[in-house]
Amino acid sequence: MKIENVAVIGAGVMGSGIAAQIANAGKKVLLLDIVPEGASNKNIIAQSAIQKLLKVKPAALMHKRNAKLITAGNLEENLNDLADVDWIIEVIVERLDIKQSLYKKIDAVRKPGSIVSSNTSTLPLADLTAGLSKEFSQDFLITHFFNPPRYMRLLEVVQGPNTRQDAVDSIADFCDLELGKGIVNCNDTPGFIANRIGAYWMQTAMLETLRLGLTVDEADAICGRPMGIPKTGVFGLMDLVGIDLMPHILASMVHSLPKSDAFHEQAVMPDVVTNMIKAGYTGRKGKGGFYRLNKSSGKKIKESVNLTTGDYATSQKARLKSLKPTIAKDLRKLVNFDDKGGHFAWSVLAKTLTYSASLIPEIGNNIEAIDRAMKLGYNWKYGPFELIDKLGVDWFVEKLDADNITIPPLLASAKGKSFYRFKDNQRQCLNLNGEYETLLRGDGVILLEDIKRNQEPVKRNASASLWDIGDGVLCLEFHSKMNSIDPDILTMVGTAIKIIPNNYKALVLYNEAENYSVGANIGLALFAANVAAWPQIEGMVKSGQDTYKALKHAPFPVVGAPSGMALGGGCESLLHCDAIQAHAESYIGLVEVGVGLIPGWGGSKEMLTRWMTNKKRPQGPMPAISKAFELISTATVSTSAAEAKGHLFMAATDGITMNRERLLFDAKTKALELSKDYQKPEAAEISLPGATARTALNLAVTSFVQSGKATKYDGVIADQLALILSGDDTDIAELHSEDDLLTLERKAFMALIKQNSTLDRVQHMLETGKPLRN
Amino acid sequence: MALFKAPLEDIKYLTNEFIDTSKLSDVPAFSDMTPDLTDAIYDEAANITANLLFPLNRTGDEQGCTLIDGAVTTPDGFKEAYKEMTSGGWGSFTCDPEFGGQGLPHYIANSVDEMVVSGNISFSIYMGLTIGAYNAIHKFGTEELKQQYLPNMVSGKWSGTMCLTEPQCGTDLGLIRSNAIPQEDESYQISGSKIFISAGEHDLTENIIHLVLARTPGAPEGIKGISLFLVPKINLNKDGSLGSDNNVVCSGIEHKMGIKASATCAMEFENSTGYLIGDLNKGMKAMFVMMNSARIHVGIQGLALAHASYSSAADYAKERLQGRSLTGTKQPDKPADSLIVHPDIRRMLMTMKSYTEGSRALSTWLSLQLDISHHASDKHVRKEADELVSLLTPVLKAFLTDIGEEVTSLGIQVYGGHGYIRENGVEQYLRDARICQLYEGANGIQALDLVGRKLPAHLGRSLRHFFHPVSNFIEKNQSNPELAPFVVPLAKSFGRLQNATLFIAQKGLSNPDEAGAASTDFLRLMGLVAMAYMWAQMVEQAHAKTGNMTETFYNNKIKTGMFFMQKVLPQTSSLLSTIMAGSTSLMALDADQF
Repeated sequence: MKIENVAVIGAGVMGSGIAAQIANAGKKVLLLDIVPEGASNKNIIAQSAIQKLLKVKPAALMHKRNAKLITAGNLEENLNDLADVDWIIEVIVERLDIKQSLYKKIDAVRKPGSIVSSNTSTLPLADLTAGLSKEFSQDFLITHFFNPPRYMRLLEVVQGPNTRQDAVDSIADFCDLELGKGIVNCNDTPGFIANRIGAYWMQTAMLETLRLGLTVDEADAICGRPMGIPKTGVFGLMDLVGIDLMPHILASMVHSLPKSDAFHEQAVMPDVVTNMIKAGYTGRKGKGGFYRLNKSSGKKIKESVNLTTGDYATSQKARLKSLKPTIAKDLRKLVNFDDKGGHFAWSVLAKTLTYSASLIPEIGNNIEAIDRAMKLGYNWKYGPFELIDKLGVDWFVEKLDADNITIPPLLASAKGKSFYRFKDNQRQCLNLNGEYETLLRGDGVILLEDIKRNQEPVKRNASASLWDIGDGVLCLEFHSKMNSIDPDILTMVGTAIKIIPNNYKALVLYNEAENYSVGANIGLALFAANVAAWPQIEGMVKSGQDTYKALKHAPFPVVGAPSGMALGGGCESLLHCDAIQAHAESYIGLVEVGVGLIPGWGGSKEMLTRWMTNKKRPQGPMPAISKAFELISTATVSTSAAEAKGHLFMAATDGITMNRERLLFDAKTKALELSKDYQKPEAAEISLPGATARTALNLAVTSFVQSGKATKYDGVIADQLALILSGDDTDIAELHSEDDLLTLERKAFMALIKQNSTLDRVQHMLETGKPLRN
Repeated sequence: MALFKAPLEDIKYLTNEFIDTSKLSDVPAFSDMTPDLTDAIYDEAANITANLLFPLNRTGDEQGCTLIDGAVTTPDGFKEAYKEMTSGGWGSFTCDPEFGGQGLPHYIANSVDEMVVSGNISFSIYMGLTIGAYNAIHKFGTEELKQQYLPNMVSGKWSGTMCLTEPQCGTDLGLIRSNAIPQEDESYQISGSKIFISAGEHDLTENIIHLVLARTPGAPEGIKGISLFLVPKINLNKDGSLGSDNNVVCSGIEHKMGIKASATCAMEFENSTGYLIGDLNKGMKAMFVMMNSARIHVGIQGLALAHASYSSAADYAKERLQGRSLTGTKQPDKPADSLIVHPDIRRMLMTMKSYTEGSRALSTWLSLQLDISHHASDKHVRKEADELVSLLTPVLKAFLTDIGEEVTSLGIQVYGGHGYIRENGVEQYLRDARICQLYEGANGIQALDLVGRKLPAHLGRSLRHFFHPVSNFIEKNQSNPELAPFVVPLAKSFGRLQNATLFIAQKGLSNPDEAGAASTDFLRLMGLVAMAYMWAQMVEQAHAKTGNMTETFYNNKIKTGMFFMQKVLPQTSSLLSTIMAGSTSLMALDADQF
């Protein structure tokens, strides 16, 4: 069944967030909630939820106009509207009686074959459907989203014995393709997979921290990066989700898990934490949590709670010997290290990993699914079984034995093996019969990770590689530090341009790092500028311009496929592609002014040309010039691919892929489409107004400088940008070629790179990761 | 015979015309630094050096110091000279007036210093160390300690030392074993052995104030657990008068190649009372703060001995008759022409002269930057100057002391066999100069400091303060035909320096051995370019002829500068080649193949 119309019932944080993500997929969604007593506006709850969606940070909506796809309603008047809906998602309070009474109402009005799901995290599916119609239980399942629904990729799906398989498949397909989720099928057990293991891990880490006498900073430093866990660790994570939530989770688990479950041993709330909750220290949403920002001195000082006294003191960086890189980067060395950090690491891992292993087959019979749930739901870099593989199954078992810890049967059965292996270039995972099963990617999924395992690169240097992704398409992968664009990457672009015409059909720019590219390698340029090596710097600018220009005019199609940040020189690489297929979570922008520069690798030229040749633009050149000026001078970064289209970083015809894993496949498909009858783009020529435009642009900036919204030096940079966009010394009768504009970019770039204020900005960015406003 | 001839004209030119003191114009303490005053100071410094210190140079070297029953006796005349110098205030130029100092800028004090050192380096060490200890106490000591100790140190009544080195650790101070046990009255009991302590014990003053690096119980391992303590030779009573002996014993003095009149002592501290200077475990921080001025001072020692050797050799070359000019007899009335007619003698003298004058310009200019870094009213100006000084201090220290050795060796060569015998006095300069390349951080350490610490700091920001002015100077003057013979070589060598810097910045990141292998060559390359920049500016001024020096003086500068550009600066070409050749051939052999 195709899902077109969706309804979400319950307009709380989760319900409205789920509605927003459905709207992000371009689908209409009805958002219903109850009518508060005596309310004159019966839709008030859903309406204010939609208003909140427009403001929440990080943004729930990928584009503000998506809010229009969400219709607010209430359960008194709009229940009948559910008759037109394909999928109804219930996201209301976790009370069985209330849920069941709602289900009965839904069942009375919904159209036959429509699907109903609950976002419950604590109630068993069996209880939810008890006493309801057979049809209802056939169409019912649990879809458990994680907060925030736009950004967290895990979706746990639980089906009952009666649930139609095709209903489950429809929802899974929709959530995968349209919502970009990673689907993990779970059994109907408490906490499903991710929270069952996650809550156990958090409790264990908290109690072990107290037992071994670590500070919260020390605990998070160990129970974070060294284990492949986000650096928030465990206490930072509890601050984020809300410490007051923990007693509820514990109560629910204690209530529903059998007495024999090891969870009970860890289900203790220490007094110090109970007192914190009482005092309002519930985490970031409250007065602070395990960490807080003390602003009493006028400065923001990070403080940590002392778990013994409950008092706060300035956070002290963890300085354990076990945190030295030689130890902390090697999991075995870490858990073997004889200090409290090493003891803590071992204790938490031993408990969490054996608990995870003991839950199979109770919570699921698929090892890989459990690892995937922890990776997608808790942002762990490795799942529990991957962590065991890192330690080595036999090594781990031996160490558990030495500590008299009971070995779960699954772990015992894996002795002499590993949970994962590569065989014949296939990734395989151990199943419950002790045999390896090949893990296959779904249709429409290509990962470079797999390709890289199976073949040698066509070409490779220190910063970039070319991979043959089949059907005549090459993929150019960046792998420099932070994927910053450096001379090696430019060389590889040149290589691609040379070899593709005779051997391949098309090129895709794509990589699987967190960010597509954060920009040019300005460290090199800064050093050169500090030693006044101006000709070398101008050479670097010119070589970037030449390379990107050649890419644009190459006799084959080029598709840019970004995910994450594509900034500065990374954005400029995309602007020179024939088409873009972007992951929905792409953050694209020309941020050069942040480091006191202007886009000098054709970025200024491309933005100007795009806005000037935009068919929808109003008459006269100024509106287009102003728009390009505004985007670049304010370093605007689009917060999604959808927004990037509005900025013309992407064209209207460019594609957006919701699911990260499907990006390369989609980009390759697009490249192959373009390669049929490919015509390379004409070199655009535009006419520009010259000095008058520069004056007009500067005038606008002056008022910002005067009102303090921009610094004086922002004005200097903006003037150099205005020089390019106005065409400098010209008039409207003259035509500007691409090369003319590139010359202006170089001129402006060189003028700025010689300024101390620019060099201070570059240095500050490289040293702190933050822009300097000087 | 060696002779003392103060470079008064050059020093006055550099102070009055060459350096731009405008960044200090609003510093009240320096407002009366007029040429009249500074010229008078220089004249008197030259006078007292020539008449008081220089006569003791040779005798002090011959006699050396003696140690009997823990007491060190300095050579004859040192005691009297010390009294006269300190009572005349010659040791306290840069000291704080609050404690009896004169608050003068470094660029003046260092010029005086050059003369004193070239007259008698061993003697100057006794006064110089007191200033080093003074600086540390002044910057990091408690108010009480400052009031107790500084006035007598400034007046010269007491002297000071720096006790860093121990038998097992020189460069690597993290290995220090001397210990400091805290006492109830907040003092410490210091015990340990120190070696190579200049002026550790002597008969010039009634008390000696030692600054000692030591480790407290439980302090972190290595360099992060070192603290600095003030340990007097004789304890003070409450009223400030001298009290009990503090168990600080000189157990030996070194027999050395040079600076023989300077007592280099082995010191034993045994439960000696000491007082913490600065924060606990932050002893190295206090050391580093003083390092810039102390290292510039040692660089100036190299310059001073180079000058002493040059002025003697120049005099000798004019006097000594030997052989005839290759182009025909120049002095027919004499049995032979003087040495100075011979091109190779010229080569040596011009090399000595152009290095010496270039070094003097460089050290005067950098001393000014040191003053700006301390005193300028604008904090950005101070910070920039501080970064510039930090960058160029290792260059000045190592390059000028290398020059000190090279020039004093050339001086002997000009004398021929007569330079090798003691009678003529110039061999002493080479022996004395040799230490300058070793102490206060051996020159190899200076080079590592430059490429390992100064160059990468803030992605090369310190470099900017040197490279940008040079680049601007070249740009400004590149179309001036009169300056072309100077600006073109400067630009070429500057380009080599840029390439070498970028090469090291890139290579050194991936392989620190590459940076280490290039370091000494790179430091010299940078020193030569900095010196060329000085010469080009001096020539620019000489051509402008807007100053008050004689025409002969300016012409002399132009001709000497020309020699430097043509005959010295081309070293940069070979230095670049050796740098670019990388580290492979250095590291190729296994250790047991040596």
